[in-house]
Amino acid sequence: MAATSLHLPAAQLAELLRTGKLSAVELLQAHLARIQAVEPRVKAFNSYDAADALAQAKASDERRAAGQARGPLDGIPVGLKDVIAVAGQPLTCSSKMLANFVSPYDATVTTRLKAAGAVLLGRLNMDEFAMGSSTENSAVGPTANPWDLTRVPGGSSGGSAAAVAAGEVPLTLGSDTGGSIRQPAALCGIVGLKPTYGLVSRYGLAAYASSLDQIGPLAHTVEDAALLLGAIAGHDERDSTSFKAEVPDYRAELAKRQGPWRIGVPKEFFGEGLDPEVGAAVRGAIEHYRRAGCEIREVSLPLASEYAIATYYLIATAEASSNLARYDGIRYGHRSTKAKDIVDLYFQSRAEGFGDEVKRRIILGTHVLSSGYYDAYYLRAQKVRTLIRNEFAAVLRDCDALLSPTSPTAAFKLGEKSSDPLAMYLMDIYTISINLAGLPGISIPCGFTGGGLPVGLQLIGRPFDEAGLLAIAHHYERAHDWSAKHPIL
Amino acid sequence: MSADSDLNIDYVANLARLALTPEEKARYARQLGDILHYVEKLKQVDVTGVEPMAHAAPVFNVWREDVAQPGLSVDQALRNAPAQRQNRVVVPKVVE
Repeated sequence: MAATSLHLPAAQLAELLRTGKLSAVELLQAHLARIQAVEPRVKAFNSYDAADALAQAKASDERRAAGQARGPLDGIPVGLKDVIAVAGQPLTCSSKMLANFVSPYDATVTTRLKAAGAVLLGRLNMDEFAMGSSTENSAVGPTANPWDLTRVPGGSSGGSAAAVAAGEVPLTLGSDTGGSIRQPAALCGIVGLKPTYGLVSRYGLAAYASSLDQIGPLAHTVEDAALLLGAIAGHDERDSTSFKAEVPDYRAELAKRQGPWRIGVPKEFFGEGLDPEVGAAVRGAIEHYRRAGCEIREVSLPLASEYAIATYYLIATAEASSNLARYDGIRYGHRSTKAKDIVDLYFQSRAEGFGDEVKRRIILGTHVLSSGYYDAYYLRAQKVRTLIRNEFAAVLRDCDALLSPTSPTAAFKLGEKSSDPLAMYLMDIYTISINLAGLPGISIPCGFTGGGLPVGLQLIGRPFDEAGLLAIAHHYERAHDWSAKHPIL
Repeated sequence: MSADSDLNIDYVANLARLALTPEEKARYARQLGDILHYVEKLKQVDVTGVEPMAHAAPVFNVWREDVAQPGLSVDQALRNAPAQRQNRVVVPKVVE
């Protein structure tokens, strides 16, 4: 394969495989060569098992030769964020705590990708336990943004976004608790979708904040995101918050839905703190929809814009402190050799295994759940969450989707915000409320800054209307060629 | 809501079973003081009569038949144990 075809969308690669112009083994070998060439600079992968991937690719070619190909993902390499379980493969969450952990079972998304014939390729870097917005909180070390290696790829799914942008793998899965798929997709110039809470099973996803976490696709195009979502979505009895939603053929739905749509623009999402170049690129997208005959409505989300970050950091840290209590050094994970007794073993193993941001969030979450503070912090945050959800539901009654920037700025410099946790938290200001409300959100490329950094556009849909949301995103994407531009590495 | 200074870092670190260095305690106390000050703004919201929300999925109780399902084998379950002997996880002595 020529170097340019490494950035071909998965849908086109699927066509090459289907028509016999390319084999799954050739496709994989091209990506393995690309990984070897660019990984020393990008550092998107924590690990990858080339022999295992090659065996999967060979099996795919054999299925196809026997007339038993399983569909468009058969033979397509898919990378997974290092927080999603694949039996027999490492799962580190980019933490010393799980440095030697090997998954004993498959996540439900893994089972479904295997059933679709996808070639699972590699474990992608992330902020430790998905806590962060820059991938700098990884115990493995930071991933670089392929567009400018001195800048962050975003986070927490920074490896998943950078690997696609760098042409190392055509599709990846990430997880999104407060923007962790959409923000790195925006900063790396690709497409990232956070599905409605409950659409994709969380079974086999190492938990950060269980009421907010969702797995979703990162891809070159909206069509590719639709393909990958279709493979992983749907009810799973192993996740008690999984919803019995109908899963349409998302890719087929793209062509059926042509608009015009009613698109809401939350005025508070264009206020102070928004970089002017980002704002201009996003306003260009508003003009696209206006010219296409869509009705553009200014809407107001006063509670979501003012209180979402505070609400999120109470709820998410409370849940994290509870979820991460399981890492005690007993049954799995890091165990200290310095402990005096069993209780000290917990203290020392956790102190040695967890990184700085994880400890900070455990302390905050433990505090807000502790006796005397629960009502004032956690319970109040859960009530404000209800109000934020209601606020979104009210504006989405009259709008098919909402449109905003994904991130207030393009990619920032490595180290620029890593010493100020609150400044880092504020980078999630446009994405975080969507997790609180449980809504689907997608980030798609909508231009570049003068310095050549990608800018992301966020579209927010109604619960379980991923088909509609993807179609609206596809309408913009078709009229622009942002996804045809690739970083030079 | 309570004042920022109410964060007792020693008490909370003990609840979280987390050994912190004096440097970590000082830094977290300062940084979490900033964050707790920031979240004070939630006091401005009138939440009278509002139901708390645990998660956004429109499912409320999930039942399944009470029948045994296949689980992990002993080998699989012990594969990641830091120390093991005779099909058991080994831990420091808990009873004298």
